[in-house]
Amino acid sequence: MNDLVSLLKKDRLETQLPDKKPLYGEGEAKAEAERCLYCVDAPCVKACPTEIDIPTFIKKIASGNVRGAARTIFEQNLLGYSCARVCPVEVLCAGDCVYNAWGREPIQIGRLQRFATEAALQPGQKMLFPPKPKNGRKVAAVGAGPASLAFCGHLAAEGFAATMYERYAVPGGLNTWGIAPYKLLASDSLAEIEWVGKMGVDYRMGVEIGKDVTGQKLLDEYEAVFIGVGLGEDSKLGVPGEDGPGVVGAVEWIRQMKLEKPASEKLGRVIVVGGGNTAIDVARECALLGAEDVAMVYRRSKADMSGYAHELEAGRKEGVRLVENAVPVAVVRDAAGKITALRVAKGASGKAVPGTEHDLPCDLVALAIGQSKLCEIAKQFPGVELDDKGRIVADPKTGQTGNPKVYAGGDCINGGKEVVNAVADGRNAARHLLAKKG
Amino acid sequence: MADLSIDFCGIKSPNPFWLASAPPANSGEQVMRAFDAGWGGAVWKTLGDPIMNVSSRFAAVDLGTYKMMGLNNIELITDRPLSVNLKEIYEVKKRYPKNVVIASLMTETRDDWRVLIKKCEDAGADGLELNFGCPHGMCERGMGSSVGQEPKLLTEITSWTKEFAKTPVLVKLTPNTGDIVEAGQAAVAGGCDGISLINTIKSIIGIDLDAMVPYPKVGKQSTNGGYCGPAVKPIALHMVAALARDAQAGKVPISGIGGVSNWRDAAEFIALGSTSVQVCTAVMHYGYRIVEDMIDGLSEFLDAKGMKSVSELRGKAVGAYEEWGDLDLGHKIVAKIDKDKCIGCQLCVTACHDGAHQCIFTGAEDRDRPPQAHHPGKAKAPTPLPLGKHAGDRVPWVDEPECVGCNLCQLVCPVSGCISMEEVPGGKRETWNDRVREGRDKLPGGIHEG
Repeated sequence: MNDLVSLLKKDRLETQLPDKKPLYGEGEAKAEAERCLYCVDAPCVKACPTEIDIPTFIKKIASGNVRGAARTIFEQNLLGYSCARVCPVEVLCAGDCVYNAWGREPIQIGRLQRFATEAALQPGQKMLFPPKPKNGRKVAAVGAGPASLAFCGHLAAEGFAATMYERYAVPGGLNTWGIAPYKLLASDSLAEIEWVGKMGVDYRMGVEIGKDVTGQKLLDEYEAVFIGVGLGEDSKLGVPGEDGPGVVGAVEWIRQMKLEKPASEKLGRVIVVGGGNTAIDVARECALLGAEDVAMVYRRSKADMSGYAHELEAGRKEGVRLVENAVPVAVVRDAAGKITALRVAKGASGKAVPGTEHDLPCDLVALAIGQSKLCEIAKQFPGVELDDKGRIVADPKTGQTGNPKVYAGGDCINGGKEVVNAVADGRNAARHLLAKKG
Repeated sequence: MADLSIDFCGIKSPNPFWLASAPPANSGEQVMRAFDAGWGGAVWKTLGDPIMNVSSRFAAVDLGTYKMMGLNNIELITDRPLSVNLKEIYEVKKRYPKNVVIASLMTETRDDWRVLIKKCEDAGADGLELNFGCPHGMCERGMGSSVGQEPKLLTEITSWTKEFAKTPVLVKLTPNTGDIVEAGQAAVAGGCDGISLINTIKSIIGIDLDAMVPYPKVGKQSTNGGYCGPAVKPIALHMVAALARDAQAGKVPISGIGGVSNWRDAAEFIALGSTSVQVCTAVMHYGYRIVEDMIDGLSEFLDAKGMKSVSELRGKAVGAYEEWGDLDLGHKIVAKIDKDKCIGCQLCVTACHDGAHQCIFTGAEDRDRPPQAHHPGKAKAPTPLPLGKHAGDRVPWVDEPECVGCNLCQLVCPVSGCISMEEVPGGKRETWNDRVREGRDKLPGGIHEG
């Protein structure tokens, strides 16, 4: 798997979006790095789920040791490149920068991290972590998203034979096909996976565990199995008129926009249903792609939204309207079945108030109200249990499930968090396994 | 990964990074933590008869938002009993046999030196550093820089110590002297095995203008202190290089000191002839942890340059440090401004006009050259006028025939890589010393003309 990027079509709708935080030049990076105070017991490190030693890597950029900076990052987080671009730094590391307390702009940690890691990923660079001799130990991961990549990458670097089983044709999970393109393009995600692959990670694409290969076979063949399957299909509203053209799940729409839809695709009036970060992503993407109108419809008030305030604010500047306290009750279609409007009722504590229905005209409705859980995978591995919300039960520190040979991490155990949380899970499981005698 | 280990006149160190004799190397507990962090060695805070210190002791110069660009101190040598320090040196060497511990010493009589040296060597010190550099307090008592400033005394005391010492003797020199080479030669004449430099520079760092008392204040008084930190690095680099290229002083290895804050600074000291470097201010500012990037960064740098060992770097730049009279007068460079990197601040314009040679202009029209210009006619504006990505028509242009290649515009430009100095080929090599030899060293307009 040396040329994953060639799996992608060149003409993809996602390429029409601008890079919101372009790569720093050397002078910009140095100037920003010099601003870092090099705090001790730094709050930014504590706010990072992968505990990257942020002041150290920034100090290394300032001293001109950019490769060393990348090593400091990747030692803790093998997906440090995509995390640099994808992480909501405003609520993680940069949000806790001591400069905030002083009313000054926090250090642009994400952009500095991108500067260091992007340089390390360039073709022709010497490997930062020369692979260690093979130790004869074998592991597998189910799913090839960020959690599995971190698990397999960290172990491969230590000499394990690590194999990922992925049901789709391209690896990377949401990192490849679920991230807002103004943060990270699918091609960027795949370039990073190629880099991780150089540690010696093997891929089996288009293989579904439980269908093509059983869980038992993995348990027989490997010392440990990591489940990093993420989440399933987009959830539905369960209202009349929902099934049919013009209504699409948000995650599915992003996947199509990133991998399938051509750059020439035009967008009409879009309604995004939901109040989380996926909803905001879709709304911002549509607005930036030139949709005629973009409205977010949320059943409660703005204060109740789970999406980040800074993301919503950015979206509103880009033209996203917010319709609060509106509960969808039906999708309205014309005689030919074409969507014409989303019928909503006024919401009171998220519940529709009868008699307040009205129509919001639109051409596309994207549903960002959650994703189902992939509960079936647990049945493949004896001892692996689910909680009442369908999440796999795993030790939060080690990722170990009820079956000591089986680890799990990422969205399938937390119900849907950041990429960096998934990476932390994969890495922690790898470290737990490493600590065990081979 | 390149080999960072060094052999300093027989003292083997895992890397060239040593703590300088100063507060960070005051106690065994500190030195052991420093070794855990990765420091290769430590020169213990100077031992002698314990002293009493004052409060306060430090003051600093900040530059913009950068704190402690220069640090001044009036602290003296160790204030702890010799027996306690020796016990700790013994303990450190027992626990960290691969790391270097050098005892910095300062005392007066020949017999004092004999006893002090014996005790330190018995405690397990790998070497001795004679503190002939401290420019405050101790020099008033006839020690420190008062020795370093007197070549004869320097030679004599060094030769005493060499009589007594079994381990290598390093002499630490003061920069507060007219000619550092004279001091270096005096130390070598006394038989020293290595030289450390520079100690701090005699200084008054600033004044409290309300109290009318210099800093650091001791109540309503103060005194001159020793200046160190990033600000003194250029002075230290020159002095290291001056010794490194001197036939006599350059015979012994050098431990470079003065403003070393990161691997790049260290690489510069090593390229000018240092075998090890010593660090104090940067550790006082950021802690022992800075050594991690020093090791990592130096190692990456050596790898990138294809050097297998830090010893390959040692002295690499000494040969290019020449007398002014041997520089090539025919070499010419001119400034080029990258219009798309320019942000339009025009600091280069004013710097060139008021502080250099009046050859950077703005605007679409040809401009008058100054009366003292070397070329007739106007400065030709480029057509079309460069339009920058960020700066638009605020991008300045260079009157290249008049540009003397002084670098000032590049130095004031806030955008890295925006102004570059490019070579104008075709100049004929000639030096001032060539002209002197050929009798062409008289230029028109001399004192006796007109």
